[in-house]
Amino acid sequence: MPYRHTVGPRTHVFADLATLMAKATPVRSGDCLAGIAAESAEENMAARWCLAEVPLKEILARPLIPYEADDVTRLILDDHDEAAFAEIASLTVGDFREFLLTASSEMLARIAPGVTPEIAAAVSKIMRNQDLILVARKCRVVTRFRNTIGLPGTLAVRLQPNHPTDDPAGVTASILDGLSYGCGDAVIGINPVSDSIQTMGTLLTLFDSIIERLEIPTQACVLTHVTTTLDAMNRGLPVDLVFQSIAGTQRANASFGVTLPILQEAHEAALALKRGTLGDNVMYFETGQGSALSADAHHGIDQQTLEARAYAVARRYRPLLVNTVVGFIGPEYLYDGKEIIRAGLEDHFCGKLMGVPLGVDVCYTNHAEADQDDMDTLLTLLGAAGCTYVMGIPGADDVMLNYQSTSFHDQLYIREVLGLRRAPEFEEWLARIGLTDASGTLLPGGAESRLLTAAPDLAA
Amino acid sequence: MSTQTDALWRRLARLTPARIGLGRAGAGLPTREVLKFGLAHAQARDAVHTPMDAAAIAGAVEALGLPTVTVTSGAEDRATYLRRPDYGRRLSPEGLKALSDTAAESVDLALVVADGLSARAVHEGAAALLAAFKPHAERAGWRLAPVVVATQARVALGDAAGAALRARAVVVVIGERPGLSSPDSLGLYVTFDPKPGRSDAERNCISNVRPAGLSFDLAAFKLNWLLTQAFARGLTGVNLKDESDRLIEAGTPDPAIGRG
Repeated sequence: MPYRHTVGPRTHVFADLATLMAKATPVRSGDCLAGIAAESAEENMAARWCLAEVPLKEILARPLIPYEADDVTRLILDDHDEAAFAEIASLTVGDFREFLLTASSEMLARIAPGVTPEIAAAVSKIMRNQDLILVARKCRVVTRFRNTIGLPGTLAVRLQPNHPTDDPAGVTASILDGLSYGCGDAVIGINPVSDSIQTMGTLLTLFDSIIERLEIPTQACVLTHVTTTLDAMNRGLPVDLVFQSIAGTQRANASFGVTLPILQEAHEAALALKRGTLGDNVMYFETGQGSALSADAHHGIDQQTLEARAYAVARRYRPLLVNTVVGFIGPEYLYDGKEIIRAGLEDHFCGKLMGVPLGVDVCYTNHAEADQDDMDTLLTLLGAAGCTYVMGIPGADDVMLNYQSTSFHDQLYIREVLGLRRAPEFEEWLARIGLTDASGTLLPGGAESRLLTAAPDLAA
Repeated sequence: MSTQTDALWRRLARLTPARIGLGRAGAGLPTREVLKFGLAHAQARDAVHTPMDAAAIAGAVEALGLPTVTVTSGAEDRATYLRRPDYGRRLSPEGLKALSDTAAESVDLALVVADGLSARAVHEGAAALLAAFKPHAERAGWRLAPVVVATQARVALGDAAGAALRARAVVVVIGERPGLSSPDSLGLYVTFDPKPGRSDAERNCISNVRPAGLSFDLAAFKLNWLLTQAFARGLTGVNLKDESDRLIEAGTPDPAIGRG
């Protein structure tokens, strides 16, 4: 059934819900590349007017990809919590926006299992950036492995010690640097160059020894394909978290070489290891707008809606961490700083609304129209929005993946400006080893030498 | 910071090209580090946006004794190129005609020099790479098409170019997406039986070709190895693993040359 909206003398017609949602999306290069973006500013706004009047029940009743054709659609509908949805079942998309602006944190937590990705994406399309920040800030998603992530007033950091040859000494040097700035409470997580089990074993053993030796209340992850991590677990290697890149359609996941049964198997294997001391959130997922289009698996659906569908996949496995790699994929999907900033806020909002512990890799490549000033802006907005975690990369320059993200210094900046604390167990550890005072502020001059002398052989 | 700690950080910094041990001014970076980062980003941006000087590239290639033909892709300018990768994979109608007119009889190999995402890498390295490769091609006796110099081009443009030139294989020498510390890196993509619609899984790639990375001589050696294998086995891509390192370790070219 087509949707229509009349503006003065002109009636805009949208063939179906997927078309309407694509045309209502704030314009970005990826949807233009797919040929599904609004063709005029008026059409963009007409679609938003029209979408605001669509009942949430109707979105639920009209899957964008048929149930029979896609296992992500099946997951979304099979996992849907009718009781949680009952509280919002009578609302339109426009009503829902107003409901969210007034809802308490408790109410938002209650409805989260009833919010499908399509509902989250639809309402985000008619929300301004300030709405996305305000509502996300009220959403509480707390997860635990060896520490507690996502408490109000905290921001965690993934310490990302990437190295162009996976050299253990070089990786260790970056880890010690990051720890000295108080980074690493989300995870110490590396993108290795090599996907080999040998490299994985070397790095897992290294991380395990550093965490154990320094008694750091955190977890480690080597970000390789889920099948390699399964192999590692079968070999008895010390795996804390299982990583996988995921997307919002079955075909896009297939292009990553991943299926829902493989994720299930890995989830169960990691749970069986019982390596978490405070909780059993053992999964780490990465996502990003544009991945389905780049795999030619987008079904004519806009990239932001598909991104939200990836969070439904993540949600099933109760992850410790999920992050959108927002500016990594390149300008053909998000062209400039404005599009990257908008997408980062949308992704964070949709994830949190759905009950997923969303962090953001605030980042860009050198062929995008963006720079570190744009990243400062997005980091500040995400800090205000209560973002779960960001990346900590030496000097913001990833020398393995060749892109720029946020640095060890950047997290100091956002903590100072917004008063954000680290995961409490990690914060206590930093104070105990003398790196910070009780309030989490780095102590001046020489305190990090205690870290280095605590591990004299690690950097040898 | 104590002198001893300073010395330790200096030692750690030698273990990785990552920007560690930068020091801080409150929560911020020291001024010199802010400026160093800004300069590196400026160079990477310039590498992306500086137009390729196709005439100069053609001149340098012809000076090696290799004829050239200059084409453009379907992307008319840099902004379109960055937004529409599909346009950058096609030849413009004029480009297609120029190559079709050039093609007389089938050849073994078409070479395409493409700006990609770093004209700087092409300006500084393409002719040197071809100079290093030419003796290999002569020794093998491969018949070469004129070298195509392609503007606003992506890797897959080589498929259309190779097909138009009736080549058994195509090599695309292209400026790679610049990293903050590598604005001058070339990539070499080898595709057997080129034709539009080939996937990336059907190519082999030699990456990080630049003076501070994989040297031109070593890259030419590896390229020769891959092409020899491709012609012998009738394929490129995931089923053709680059095992040229074994020969390198056996001492054929200079084994001391690093891989960056």
